[in-house]
Amino acid sequence: MSIFGKLTLESIPYHEPIIMVTLAAVAVIGIVIAGLITKYKKWNVLWNDWFTSVDHKRLGIMYIVLAMVMLIRGFSDAIMMRTQQALATNGAAGYLPPEHYDQIFTAHGVIMIIFMAMPFMIGLMNLVVPLQIGARDVAFPFLNNLSFWLTASGAVLINISLGLGEFAKTGWVAYPPLSELAFSPGVGVDYYIWALQISGIGTTLTGVNFIATVLKMRAPGMKLMQMPIFTWTCTWANILIVASFPILTALLAMLTLDRYMDFHFFTNAGGGNAMMYINLFWAWGHPEVYILILPAFGIFSEVISTFTSKRLFGYKSMVWASGAISILGFIVWLHHFFTMGSSANVNAFFGVMTMVIAVPTGVKLFNWLFTIYRGRLRVTVPVLWTLGFMTTFTIGGMTGVLLALPGADYVLHNSLFLIAHFHNTIVGGAVFGYLAGFAYWFPKAMGFTLNERLGKASFWCWQVGFYVAFMPLYVLGFLGMTRRISHTDNPDWNFWIYFAAVGAFIIFAGIVLQFVQLYVSFRDREQNLDTTGDPWNGHTLEWSIASPPQFYNFAVTPRVSDIDAFTDMKEKGIAYQRYAQYQPIHMPKNTACGVLIALALTAAGFAAVWHILWLAIAGLMGAFIVFLVRAYNNGHDYYVQGDEITAIETAHLDAVAKGAV
Amino acid sequence: MSQSKLNNIEQVDSIYMEIKSYLIGFVLSIILTAIPFWSVMKAPFDKQITIAVVLVTAIVQIVVHLKYFLHLDFSTKGRLNTFSFLFTALVIVMVVGLSVWIIYAANALMM
Repeated sequence: MSIFGKLTLESIPYHEPIIMVTLAAVAVIGIVIAGLITKYKKWNVLWNDWFTSVDHKRLGIMYIVLAMVMLIRGFSDAIMMRTQQALATNGAAGYLPPEHYDQIFTAHGVIMIIFMAMPFMIGLMNLVVPLQIGARDVAFPFLNNLSFWLTASGAVLINISLGLGEFAKTGWVAYPPLSELAFSPGVGVDYYIWALQISGIGTTLTGVNFIATVLKMRAPGMKLMQMPIFTWTCTWANILIVASFPILTALLAMLTLDRYMDFHFFTNAGGGNAMMYINLFWAWGHPEVYILILPAFGIFSEVISTFTSKRLFGYKSMVWASGAISILGFIVWLHHFFTMGSSANVNAFFGVMTMVIAVPTGVKLFNWLFTIYRGRLRVTVPVLWTLGFMTTFTIGGMTGVLLALPGADYVLHNSLFLIAHFHNTIVGGAVFGYLAGFAYWFPKAMGFTLNERLGKASFWCWQVGFYVAFMPLYVLGFLGMTRRISHTDNPDWNFWIYFAAVGAFIIFAGIVLQFVQLYVSFRDREQNLDTTGDPWNGHTLEWSIASPPQFYNFAVTPRVSDIDAFTDMKEKGIAYQRYAQYQPIHMPKNTACGVLIALALTAAGFAAVWHILWLAIAGLMGAFIVFLVRAYNNGHDYYVQGDEITAIETAHLDAVAKGAV
Repeated sequence: MSQSKLNNIEQVDSIYMEIKSYLIGFVLSIILTAIPFWSVMKAPFDKQITIAVVLVTAIVQIVVHLKYFLHLDFSTKGRLNTFSFLFTALVIVMVVGLSVWIIYAANALMM
């Protein structure tokens, strides 16, 4: 084998005009962005203030930027699939060859779950959780930076697969034996393995980090049962991450051994059992969907409580319902493969458990309704997303309970009914939640509010587009259309396929409006500045400090004696206190180690995909050496002096006083 | 009495308690290891009972290790560790146990 392993010039897909045009467009955009950064001399800012930052707020923003970029990629895949299906009816071939189409639906699934939803959720968590518990940062700031860069590393690998080689053609679950070397000899599955493996480690570390943060760094006085509800749901999600992601790590390691070293964990021959892969994949995969949805539930709770100006109804039942969902979420995974043909008892057990999990979810829904009841709901953009969620997610939940019946599942398994169901819950639940959280916490992160008109327009496009795009899929599922079909020849399906394609374009309009909203809000930011740090009359501690928050978050650690800590302070008249002098604050220094370790591991992952042994070794060694250097270096911290804090706090409190007049 | 001296006494106290706990655990472990050894080597019981003795002493010894070496208890201080341990155990039992059931049932139907 050559020095470049399996990599040759032939690995670039010259003969695929769609890919080449995409690459050209990405290259042009990349050059333009790099040119602008150079022109405005921002490389230093980017590196010193962002890439090497260990500040949880900046990492949160970077996570969300990553999620937005990957949303564009994942949505491009979606709209290509919809247009392909619309063009390839009545036996026509459409414009995408099957081997390309297969890569697209795989990439769409992986990107939307792992590189869009997860970074978005973790981004919001980074931004908000330390602020809500009155902490100055997470428990392990450097680890937080490393986690982000490992996630980014996975995203980079999956994007490289577009221009070098191919991506997996197996569907996002990569079931063997199809994903074994015998049936997928190309590098696609290897890209899949390493992108998921590297980013998965980042996610596990995030889970550990935030559990430690929540357990050890709450403001004095804040009991566990006084944590804001978003922090609680994130904590349950983190517990799920720590408990379930190791299963994915081990599973991918076993598939790696199968593909690289001729092991037989999941092969047909040699005593392997492909069913074990399916089993373990969903033992991780099902908790994963609750990892996505639980923080979204927390966001809706915060939004509803804030904009009705009421305390959340049934706080304790919310916390325990989340806990029940977390534990039940671990014993329902077989419903993803009822048709595997385990015994009737097994199917019945998992079917019943799946229906049971709808109960705590229903508890939450009623709590939100009771919070709205007799409140004065201000219909802002975050509230619109919440109301849209409550209707859409309920429909998704009901079709889920339908699928939980093993008998019904045997008919609907792998049909478009299933696709409609899980988009109904993930888009209508998780994504709507993140977009609500985005609009809700945007002023906190950036210091100005978003344009309401465009936000509402975007919401309506998403909401209407969602129903137009996915309700036809329920029909198509009943008409017997299976998932992952690149072209069809059934006149009964045509109408609904065209219908769904229209819906995809309405959602597209919603996404475009979202970016227009960002641009317009940035342009008009001077008129929409959030000078008080509390634009919504918020209840929790993140609203008690400036927007964007001071880099040390809290000049004086707050004392907490209520669930709605900031409301409590405002009522007692102890919010916005001025102090004559401040104690120095102990802060972590920025570091390049996270970027460097992730860079080395990206190289190692890329080398593993292409079997470039020397580069794989060099990458792993590089990461290890940077780690050692970091571990033996002591100058990680510094103190912010009292004078500097006094200056910043006085400026902020003056602005608050001015805003209040 | 000054504050630091008080802390010192408390510290010495807690170290003493810790050593005591390790010693109790150590002695109990030795006894719980000696019993199954003795029952296998001297064979005073028939086979079924011997197996039961080995299993029971093994499980009791696990509890002894958890209590005296890992200090898992339900005091305010130790509760967090105990609950994390119990949660981990629960997840492992659920994932491993149910997986075994699923795969065993699927295999049995294929016979």
